[in-house]
Amino acid sequence: MAVLLLAEVTDGELNVDATSKAVTAAAKLGDVTALCCGASAAAAGEAAAKIKGITKVLVAEDASLGHRLAEPTAALIVGLAGDYEHIVAPATTDAKNVLPRVAALLDVMVISDVSGIIDGDTFERPIYAGNAIQTVKSTDGKKVVSIRTSTFDAAEDGGSASVETISAAADPALSEWVEDKVAASDRPDLTSAGVVVSGGRGVGSKDDFAMIEALADALGAAVGASRAAVDSGYAPNDWQVGQTGKVVAPDLYVAVGISGAIQHLAGMKDSKIIVAINKDEEAPIFQVADYGLVADLFDAVPELTKKLS
Amino acid sequence: MKVLVPVKRVIDYNVKVRVKADGSGVDLANVKMSMNPFDEIAVEQAIRLKEAGKADEVIAVSIGVKQAQETLRTALAMGADRAILVVASEDVNTDIEPLAVAKILKAIVDEEQPGLVLAGKQAIDNDMNATGQMLSALLGWSQGTFASGLDIEGDHALVTREVDGGLQTIKVKMPSIVTVDLRLNEPRYASLPNIMKAKKKPLDEKTAADYGVDVTPRLTVTGTAEPEARKAGEIVGSVDELVSKLKEAGAV
Repeated sequence: MAVLLLAEVTDGELNVDATSKAVTAAAKLGDVTALCCGASAAAAGEAAAKIKGITKVLVAEDASLGHRLAEPTAALIVGLAGDYEHIVAPATTDAKNVLPRVAALLDVMVISDVSGIIDGDTFERPIYAGNAIQTVKSTDGKKVVSIRTSTFDAAEDGGSASVETISAAADPALSEWVEDKVAASDRPDLTSAGVVVSGGRGVGSKDDFAMIEALADALGAAVGASRAAVDSGYAPNDWQVGQTGKVVAPDLYVAVGISGAIQHLAGMKDSKIIVAINKDEEAPIFQVADYGLVADLFDAVPELTKKLS
Repeated sequence: MKVLVPVKRVIDYNVKVRVKADGSGVDLANVKMSMNPFDEIAVEQAIRLKEAGKADEVIAVSIGVKQAQETLRTALAMGADRAILVVASEDVNTDIEPLAVAKILKAIVDEEQPGLVLAGKQAIDNDMNATGQMLSALLGWSQGTFASGLDIEGDHALVTREVDGGLQTIKVKMPSIVTVDLRLNEPRYASLPNIMKAKKKPLDEKTAADYGVDVTPRLTVTGTAEPEARKAGEIVGSVDELVSKLKEAGAV
């Protein structure tokens, strides 16, 4: 049984963490062929070939694939789909954009955000912001599956897959890339960081969010935010942790000034250790926290930062 | 230009979801139901396009059980002009899959010929995040997903998308499917006079069979379980105690 894995490639670079976690899931389904596509993807292909569990790498380079636009990427995958029973990708925003389009073109249902693989047809996935885990059995001939990376360990390196170059599909030319606004940061990537410090509405302003960032830097952590903090403009959208933002499961998650709405818990409750700092002792975040500190964050966070530096 | 907005009736986002003891699903009896929050943002955006003179008519569509007409009345009260209810199930526990929903929406698009479909990026019940992309595929249209900005300029639109790395702006050819994210706008509340007026706005009732779409699920739900609960933690008295606990646990 053959699996086609859409590797996560951004600007020519392989996202090794997301891709290798998806490989662990995909390898349970069969022999994994990884597809690396982009305006330049050869280097990403070389990197993917080193992930254990990938038996073959396909590299497709074309200007139309440059920014992972859904239409040309889906057309490429659909053209390859005949040889595979499963089409899999890590559940990143890129894959969530592309995979349902692939599934509809193949007339099959997409199975989004899979957190467990029972067998080749049967999958577990969280629904209702993770308040329930549903097991579904697909009756489709092909399965199009995105993988919730936070629930799978990364596949090791040390592989030596063969690399083959293929051509892109004809570009449907329905959309074009205009620009990316990406903030450069030296901090670890939010979805793969071992420690995450997140701030919520309680932080109160964009300026005061610097305090959250200082604590994160003291811990070598990534910075996250609740939806309320992002909606209020304290933090950028790509920091949002939750049902509709990023799902993280670090070794240590520090929630500061976050009340713990269901949709936020959905994005972090699989973290190994959760610390909550909030002045409201009734805040629901304390129900999932391993260590709770009822305190004014404006006193506690600078003190904690100092003592951990 | 007509704008079509699909809306879904889901458990209200404030309700604590409970899994039924027999594992057959989530308890939907006597629970408050509302419009999917992302769909409210889509309805709001469609109305704003009409107010700005960029759209002539806003049509809300819901596919599901008969009770979804309440959801459509909400969309009408917000400012949609008319509504189409497609009854695809008798049972409130049956969730119509995104693929079937997309097929029904395609048939409606073929009939109504809208210039834009504005949809929520995901429904907060099944969390699939799929219907807009699937509809776009079936129509062979462009797609702009997870939009936090939308600017229509003649035969194309600029869509700012919330992606993992930050924001991406793309230019999509019209007609297009745009799925909306949280930061696109803040939906209005319907005023009482508008709620009264909405009762008189046209609401067509159809069935999935009227569109020749088979809604038989492709995914059979074999079980629904509670997630593993976290064990209760402890409240610490000071920052010092917190630091020593974290050191003990090897977390810092």
